[in-house]
Amino acid sequence: MAAEVNAPASARFGRRSPLEVLRTVFGPVFQLFLFIVGSALALSLIVVLLALMQMGSRPDILTRALTILPQVIIDGLVRGFLFATIALGYTMVYGVLEFINFAHGEIFMVGGIVGAAIGLMLFTSGMLAGVPVLLFVAIVVLAGMVVSGSLAVAVERVAYRPLRGSPRLVPLISAIGVSLVLQDVVRLIVTNTPMGFNARYHTPDFGSPIRLFEIDLGERVVPVIVSPKALVFISVALLMLIGLNYLVNATRLGKAIRATAQDRPTASLMGINVNRIISLTFLIGGALGGAAGALFGLNVGAVNPYMGFIPGLKAFTAAVLGGIGNITGAMVGGVVLGFLEAFVSSYLSLFTNGALSGAAYADIAAFSILILILIFRPSGLLGEATTQKV
Amino acid sequence: MALLELQNVHTYYGKIHALKGISVTVEKGEIVTLIGSNGAGKSTTLRTISGLEKPRLGEVRFKNQRIDTIPPHEIVKLGIAQSPEGRRIFPRLTVLENLEMGAYLHDTNSPTYRADLERVFTLFPRLYERISQKGGTLSGGEQQMLAMGRALMTRPEVLLLDEPSMGLAPVLVEQIFEIIETINGQGMTVLLVEQNALQALAIAHRGYVLQSGEIVLADVAQALSENEMVQKAYLGME
Repeated sequence: MAAEVNAPASARFGRRSPLEVLRTVFGPVFQLFLFIVGSALALSLIVVLLALMQMGSRPDILTRALTILPQVIIDGLVRGFLFATIALGYTMVYGVLEFINFAHGEIFMVGGIVGAAIGLMLFTSGMLAGVPVLLFVAIVVLAGMVVSGSLAVAVERVAYRPLRGSPRLVPLISAIGVSLVLQDVVRLIVTNTPMGFNARYHTPDFGSPIRLFEIDLGERVVPVIVSPKALVFISVALLMLIGLNYLVNATRLGKAIRATAQDRPTASLMGINVNRIISLTFLIGGALGGAAGALFGLNVGAVNPYMGFIPGLKAFTAAVLGGIGNITGAMVGGVVLGFLEAFVSSYLSLFTNGALSGAAYADIAAFSILILILIFRPSGLLGEATTQKV
Repeated sequence: MALLELQNVHTYYGKIHALKGISVTVEKGEIVTLIGSNGAGKSTTLRTISGLEKPRLGEVRFKNQRIDTIPPHEIVKLGIAQSPEGRRIFPRLTVLENLEMGAYLHDTNSPTYRADLERVFTLFPRLYERISQKGGTLSGGEQQMLAMGRALMTRPEVLLLDEPSMGLAPVLVEQIFEIIETINGQGMTVLLVEQNALQALAIAHRGYVLQSGEIVLADVAQALSENEMVQKAYLGME
């Protein structure tokens, strides 16, 4: 019997087939895609229903709602990928250390500052206009990744590792301290350089908005427009998410990260250098956050030392929404939250007839979700119910 | 020269003095068992050897090299593997991925890796049947097999087994002990921690009896199982 077992074992499990790799990588990406389509459809449906309910008193409301719908979906995607890329940093660190790295918003901010600094340097040297757009994007993203990734690793070494084994509140407080220190150190730097507090993010010309398609609403034709910067943001974020899924699900290192997250002492019994894996987790999370910061600043056009705070909190909300510690969950939570925010900020004033200004209430919507989730489903959308590790 | 040697090892958990000067030797090719009741310090001894706990006093030597000062992942590299108490399978990795983690230090594209896998599947055909199942969904016996298989994948010279029979049905216990003998027959040195003293002594060459962090008896297994004190305290004989 033993011999029969042998043959297929070597034939089948010597190497992983490319198909298997594709499945492990694109499984989560497909899940993410489903959530994107699902939440966009669900929210659009709600918008249509709300519009139909008000048709009696305001006959033009459906047209107005539909006119902005594609734009809202694009906005939702941008916000969603922003939250998703930052949320990954929270969730990966939580997965391995069961600790919320509240300084992660500042890691994101540093990425933005680095990008803006590069833009300014190129601008003052007069080379900016000559740099091809994609090259510029590659430079700021890579620089943001390198600086923020190394910063995150350094923060872990200095502020968290010495506290390992102490009560859980202690590293949390340390993280808040790191967050304040980073904000003010960056403020000190930017206000004493030509950048200034509210630094403009110089970029080469990204060209005019791209007209995707037009929708014919009878009385007028509405173009659906996406800004090239938003398109760059979405594409780069998507590439990073796919890359991360490959790393975590299909490589030896990724398996070591998952093993360490599931059981740290036992991982060390396998010969895994747990400290190195923890550093690596901070490196990856920090690099993703830095890239997101560089792209976010580029998209918005300006950066400042406090810009990481609110996106950081929202990304944390997204991580909790998806199930903290769960990598696919962080991405899903990010896009769902992004869509919700985009819809609230665009439609709230329309449906309340201008009584409530939507943009101001978007934050309330996001954080209400955090509270509701913590009350009703603390494990999040994709999180498993917390069970004892046996 | 013993393959593995503990000399006057004292280990603490905070203020609790868990090991009070333990000296144990394991020779190449032996099965040595540590028996004793709950809390006697058996698991702590294995955790100290693997480097998960650092002794405050004393030395652990492997092939005459001091290992009590180096981190766990380096100790694995030297050739000491452990199947820990409670199995500690990675619950959300598949059976194959768990085994791959055991082979973390080795090249998984090499024929030796494949030979290692085959060896594990030959010892535990059940694991092959469950190969793509998540570790957390296995039964207790299967998890024990996986824990042992995973430890074997590190290519150890000494295998530390912490309570492999815990919580298993008698038939499975029998099977696990047979497999330990088989592995030992293939040349593996085994340090076995057990509460199930009767069966442990039946397959072991030598044994130590631990009581509140101290070794109270050390002898060849046969003599231990005939010892009156051992019979009363651990074998349930009057």
